[in-house]
Amino acid sequence: MTGEQIIFLLVALFTLGSGFMVVTTRNLVHAALWLVSTLFGVAVAYALLDAAFLAVVQVVVYIGAIAILFIFAVMLTRKDMRDQGPQMNRNWWVGALLSVLVFAGLFFLLQGWNGLSRTASEIPAGFDAISELGNALTSPNAYVLPFEVASVLLVAALVGAVYVAFNRK
Amino acid sequence: MVPISWYLIFAAALFSIGLFGVLARRNAVAILLGIELMLNAVNINLAAFWRYGNVVQMTGQVFAIIVFAVAAAEVAVGLALVISVYRRRNTVVADEINMMKW
Repeated sequence: MTGEQIIFLLVALFTLGSGFMVVTTRNLVHAALWLVSTLFGVAVAYALLDAAFLAVVQVVVYIGAIAILFIFAVMLTRKDMRDQGPQMNRNWWVGALLSVLVFAGLFFLLQGWNGLSRTASEIPAGFDAISELGNALTSPNAYVLPFEVASVLLVAALVGAVYVAFNRK
Repeated sequence: MVPISWYLIFAAALFSIGLFGVLARRNAVAILLGIELMLNAVNINLAAFWRYGNVVQMTGQVFAIIVFAVAAAEVAVGLALVISVYRRRNTVVADEINMMKW
């Protein structure tokens, strides 16, 4: 086992363990904090994949904005569902069965794919992934249109969120 | 070097955990937490296919960034809906939010 494999296994175990805590913890504030550690593990996975920009965006956008938004929402809606009462619904075992089945299905689907043991090729010398990504996002020959559509979507979502959550009194 | 299957199985496990959270939790905010886990699992797959495929093609990373933007929009609208429902009905339990049920 090489060092990279050991690091990957530790990161994967940490991430999956925190993800499991996210869906099983009774206290929702703790679940949101476990989500922060899950997202951090995913950021480390991006770093292991040489996707530096994605790792930074994961920390800034997911941990810095989305997780904090979750903590705010939990605190704003906390009054009636503190820690008493069941946190799972009556059919939680159906959900558990379905997710185990989905995992088994994906696992066996992957077994039939012949590229499974492929390892990554070396990044060519002089190739700068971040500047290539910036070029791809702003070049008319590449992905400038999806990029602009994403920004319009964000504006629409922000306006919609303000409208939905606005308190008319 | 780690083979691609490790990343794919890791992402599949994270997706299944998120799916369990969406299906089993009663609290609407906790359901949104599960959706976040599922979106992250998809993003790991996209980054892994970028790295193990043709690195010069940036499509995988661009797609992951679009998923980031969509996830941010989804969380903003979803939490606004939960807060709005909480203000009117004083509940965040998904079973009790049945105003649109026929």
